[in-house]
Parts: sequence; C-alpha cells; structure tokens
Amino acid sequence: MSDDEVADDLRRRVAELLKQHDPATTDRLEFLRARFDAGLAWVHYPEGLGGLGLPRAMQSVVDAELEKADAPDNEPRRIGIGLGMAAPTILAFGTDEQKKRFLRPLWTGEEVWCQLFSEPGAGSDLAALATRAMRDGDTWVVNGQKVWTSVAHKARWAILVARSDPDQPKHAGLTYFVCDMTDPGVDVWPLRQITGEAEFNEVFLTDVRIPDENRLGAVGDGWRVAMGTLMNERVAIGGGSAPRESGMIGVVADTWRKRPEVRTPGTHDRLMRLWVEAEVARLTGKRLQQKLASGEPGPEGSAMKLTFARLAQELSGLELELIGEDGLRYSDWTMTRPEIVEFTGRDAGYRYLRAKGNSIEGGTSEVLRNIIAERVLGLPPERRDDKDVPWKDLPR
Amino acid sequence: MNLLYTDVEDSLRDSVRSLLADRCPAERVIAAYDGNDNLGRELWPRLANDLGLAGLLVPEDMGGQGASAREAAVVLEELGRFAAPVPFLSSAVIATSIAMRAQHVELVRQLVQGTTTAALAVPFSAGPATFGSDVLRTEEDVLRGSVSSVAGALDADVLLVPVPTEVGFEVHLVDASAVTMTPVVSLDMSRQLADIDFMDAPCEVLIDATDGAAAVRDALELGAALLASEQVGVAEWCLESTVAYLKERRQFGRIVGGFQAIKHRLADLWVEVESARAAARYAAATAAEGDPDRQVAVALAQAYCSGAAVHAAEECVQLHGGIGMTWEHPAHLYLKRAKADQIAFGAAEGHRATLAGLVDLPA
Repeated sequence: MSDDEVADDLRRRVAELLKQHDPATTDRLEFLRARFDAGLAWVHYPEGLGGLGLPRAMQSVVDAELEKADAPDNEPRRIGIGLGMAAPTILAFGTDEQKKRFLRPLWTGEEVWCQLFSEPGAGSDLAALATRAMRDGDTWVVNGQKVWTSVAHKARWAILVARSDPDQPKHAGLTYFVCDMTDPGVDVWPLRQITGEAEFNEVFLTDVRIPDENRLGAVGDGWRVAMGTLMNERVAIGGGSAPRESGMIGVVADTWRKRPEVRTPGTHDRLMRLWVEAEVARLTGKRLQQKLASGEPGPEGSAMKLTFARLAQELSGLELELIGEDGLRYSDWTMTRPEIVEFTGRDAGYRYLRAKGNSIEGGTSEVLRNIIAERVLGLPPERRDDKDVPWKDLPR
Repeated sequence: MNLLYTDVEDSLRDSVRSLLADRCPAERVIAAYDGNDNLGRELWPRLANDLGLAGLLVPEDMGGQGASAREAAVVLEELGRFAAPVPFLSSAVIATSIAMRAQHVELVRQLVQGTTTAALAVPFSAGPATFGSDVLRTEEDVLRGSVSSVAGALDADVLLVPVPTEVGFEVHLVDASAVTMTPVVSLDMSRQLADIDFMDAPCEVLIDATDGAAAVRDALELGAALLASEQVGVAEWCLESTVAYLKERRQFGRIVGGFQAIKHRLADLWVEVESARAAARYAAATAAEGDPDRQVAVALAQAYCSGAAVHAAEECVQLHGGIGMTWEHPAHLYLKRAKADQIAFGAAEGHRATLAGLVDLPA
C-alpha cells in the first residue's frame, strides 16, 4: 500500500471508531480503551497492542482526525514516563503476557508509571547502583533507595533496575523489573528542588516483593534493557516533530512581541541567534525522526538532548534579563507536588531554575558528550577501572 | 518534507566523489595558491560534461538533467569536501537559473553543453537582499562601470550583468572578452575572484527592468540556499579528518583523541555539523519545491551553516596542532574556503536581520 492508501485506510478506521463510540456521549476511558483496541493508540505498535504495525509517522493522520472530532486524548503529559520509557521497554523486552497486561492501561492513563533508576550513589554511574534484588523462590525481595523519581506518589507501577548479583562486575549483575508501587514496602517522600517544588521523590524500598513474572528481560540483562529505556528517553526529551517556535523559544518570542519596551539591540542579537539555533535544532530533530522512522533510537538521540538542554538554559536566562525588574520576582516558593512537569510552565523565574535540570536528568550533558564521542565518532573510551571488578569489591 | 538523502542523491554523490577523489588531490588545490596549476580548467569539463553537472538543473526538454536543488545541494557538499576549484555554483546554479528565467534557449543550450560558462557580475559578498550595481548602460548601448570580487568570472565566457535603471534592474549579457578582468589575490584561491571593468562593453538585454531585480534576487537566494550544503561539506571534511587524525596521534603516551577535553569538543562539533546538515537539507528541499517557507529556510541555513563551517575549520586547524598550521596540510584550504563562504551572499548578521523581519521579531 502507498502512504496515501495507508492514510485513507487509517481515516476509515478512525471514522469507524467514532461511529461506534461517539466521543460526545461515550465515557472518556471507554473511548480510549476502544481506540487502543482499534489499533489507533500508537499505530507503530503491533496489532493487538494498540497499533497496526505501521510507520511511526502515520500516527499524525490518526491524531489529526481525532482532533477534528474533538475526541479525548490520553493526556500524554501526565503519563510521559509510561509512554516514553516504560512502554517501549516493555514492547522490546517484555513477554507476551506482560505486553498484554501492562500496555493498555499504561496508554489509556489508567495506570501511571514512574522510573526507579537513579540512586544517591549512582547518578551518571548508573551501573554502580546498590539496590539489591535477592531471589526467593518465585519472587524477588528488593531493598534500597532511589531518587529523582517524578510522579512516584501517583504511580501504580515503576520500572526498576536492581542488583541481582553483586559478585559480577557492575554492568553484568543487574536485572530489570516492573515494581508494584502499592507494595507496603514502597515508601515515597517528596524531594524539594531549587524551584521550591517537589516534582521528584525519594523512594525507599524495604523488603518489596516482586514476582518473577514481573521481571523484564533475562536475569543479569538489566543493563541492556535500561540502555534501551534511556535511549528512548533522550529521544522523547529532545526529539519530536513540534511546530516552529515550540518550547522555550516560543515563550521568549512571545514576550518579545508583546513587550516592545524590553527590546534593545543587544538582546535582539541574542534572541535572533537563539531563534536560529532553536529552529535548526527543531529541523535536526525532525531529520532524526525521519531517520528513526522504522528503526531503533541510536546514540544520535543524545545530540538532540544536548542541544535542547543548552538552548532551554540560554533562552530562559535571556528571558529573565529581558523582563528586567519583573525578573527579580518569583511567583511562589511554596512546596507543592505537581503532577505535570512543564518546562515552559509557570513564570520566567521558574523556567530559568527548572531548565538547570535539563542538562542533568536523563544523562548529564557531559556523559552525553562521551557517548557521542565514543559511539558515534569512535574515539577511545574513558578509563573504566571498575569495569571488570566484581561490584562487591568496588571502593565505596 | 524529506530531510534525508534519497537513493538518487546518494548515487549522484558517489559519482561526484569518486571523480574528485581521482582528480582533485589537495596538493593540486594548494598549488593554485602559487598560481601554477590548471586544476580547475581540467576538472570542470569532467564534471560539467562527463557527469552532466553543467545542465543538472536544466529541464530534460532543454537538454539538461532535470534535477532539482536537492541534487545540486549534494553536488555542492562534495565540492565542499574537496574545496574543488570549479564554477558549479556560479555558472551551473546561479547564472544558469537566470538564463532559464530569461528563456534564452541558445545560452541555456551552450551552458548545458559546457561550451559556455557564465557568471553573474556581482560581488561574491552580495546577498539577495543587498545586491547593487554601479555598471551603467550608456546611450550608445554599451556598459560602463566596474564590479569587484566576482566569483566564477575568471572561468566565464559570458557575464550576466545587473544594470540599474530608473525602475529597477536590467540584466545584460556581455562577452567576457569585451571586459577587463583582473584576477584578485583572494583569501580563498580555490574560488578565485576577479575585478571587472566595463569600458564600453557591448551588451544585450537578457532580462528587462520589469523582472531583472527579482531574477537576480532569486538567483542569489538559490545560491545562498545551496552554499549551505557546500558549507556542510567543508564542515564534514574538517570533522572527519580531525577525528581520524586524533585516533592516530599520540602524545603523553596516549591517543590524543582519548582525552576528554578533546572528545567533548569533537562531540559538540559533530552535533553542530549534523545540525547544519538539517538546516542545509531544509533550504535545498524548500528551494526544490518552491515552498513558501524558502526565504526563511535560506536565511536560517546561511545564518547557521556559515558559522558551523568556520567553527569546524578552526577546530580542525587547532586540533591538528602544529601540522594544522602548515602549508602542506590541507586544513588551510578549508579554513579559507569556510571563511570566504561565511562572507559570501551576505554575512550571518544580515541573514538574521532578514529572518527577524520574516518571523516578526522586530529589533
């Protein structure tokens, strides 16, 4: 079938869905489940799992039709970790049962997901993590502490990496699990950040019992599974096919247009340089997306995230300077636990402070540069004295 | 809009690259700086005729290849990679686009056959928004005046000359043998410029004043759009050769490319080159399709790619260390090409000013 024929077929399927389940009269969740079952949730997923096995780019046809019909969506910003990280990992490494069990409520947003990766002692060096998973028959008993976990207090499930074999070198002894956040051993504490908010959490895991059927991938294969997740995360943060002036550049450009009194030749020059960079970054993301249309994310996603973080920081900094006296004020330092993280939300001061996290979360910019240098350019790897030593013997 | 390379484009790239790899060695480009090599004169007929690049953008019914700006962009990437001293951009892109617009069938035919090479007589630094001309048509129907720093003029058999009138510009066709052409000692001798004096040069109107200004502007816009791809080619060569060198070079008992300070610079440069590629592909694609966004795309590509190529060339010299500073190593060819290209068709600040107008971000 040609692209046009595929698009026509998709429009027919959407029309059928809308006929059977009129969004105006159907319960929101019921509609989303029906959409999933019709293969129109994410068309690049396989049939039976919310998709039709089509190229990723064809999703825009479905989205456009559903938007026209004013159909409810799955509030993707509320379930970003599920959609961007958990789902592709489950799809790539999960068993048929796991895919059937988890993907539908994940996509509809009935079940929110969070990520239990980073630890106080394992940030950039994720593979050094110390959370232990000990096998006990058909279950695993997990103990440890995780940090930087967004929406943990709302989450039903978590993707978790834990150490299953401390006698192995650090990368080899890890196993990947789906962790039930309602387990009595899971304790979630807000972790306040420089913005005043507690967008993230600390999660303490005490004798949490995970059935072996909730393991993703083989025992000891956790590192490979986690890398798949992180590649997807970097593409999710930096990639995409947003329109011109999306994100931070749009916010600053709006301010520029609405407030002629803030304009100076110096700031105009900075604004235009950043506008150029932001638009080129958008095109680069679009190009990357075309490249990945059918394949897996490669290390190139790291480049997008690197650029995204730098521009978000420079632009949000420019915005504060631009608005002068107003830049001296901050909306609210009260501790809250937001459900949706929006980098371009709230006020200019918040945006400036929140953007500082962009070059840390999901791989620091320094680590991303190493990844590009080593995996794209083939330059010699960093010294890794800890690579072949059993994890239990590493200095700590 | 497809920002990748098609199979057709890749195969065109392969043939251009293999010809240049055979016939455009860096030492002969370097020799051009000492004025004792005919590389360009040997190379251009091969590219123009054997590969049909002279007529690449000309429709098939006029004898050309009927290709689009996308394919021309790929050719320019390769010419950039070799700093090749040929008048593809000046003649086969800019001048040919004007000849086609003028519907001068005979001139187009000669250009396609490679029997004639043409150049637009404006300074290489003139951009679509800024070009002008001091060349005037006298009562005797001859041209008087001068134009400086013209690219491709030394290779040209005919010149296309914008001449101001009361209502705009005419474009005149002038035989190159009828003018005084003074070669310029150019920063980039792989694209040597010339000063041209018109002393009562006989002329023929190619495009009249109703369309002349627009014709020149559009041609320069196309040139600027595709120059971005040459800049990508330059940047790509600089990055690749630097990475290759630093994988071999040892100091302090280590491969230099293993130092993190170096790795991070190269990673950033790779990101910049790939970003430039996206911008250049977008400019080429919008030019090929006559997309309404093409003015934004051209200004964007020039505002970004010109700096990216210079940065890549400067990093190339620096990271090669001492050898990068020598006459013998080709790094300087790319530094000179990149720096000259940055000024060509208007510097980045001008393109940013154009953009500011186009996207409603007034100063």
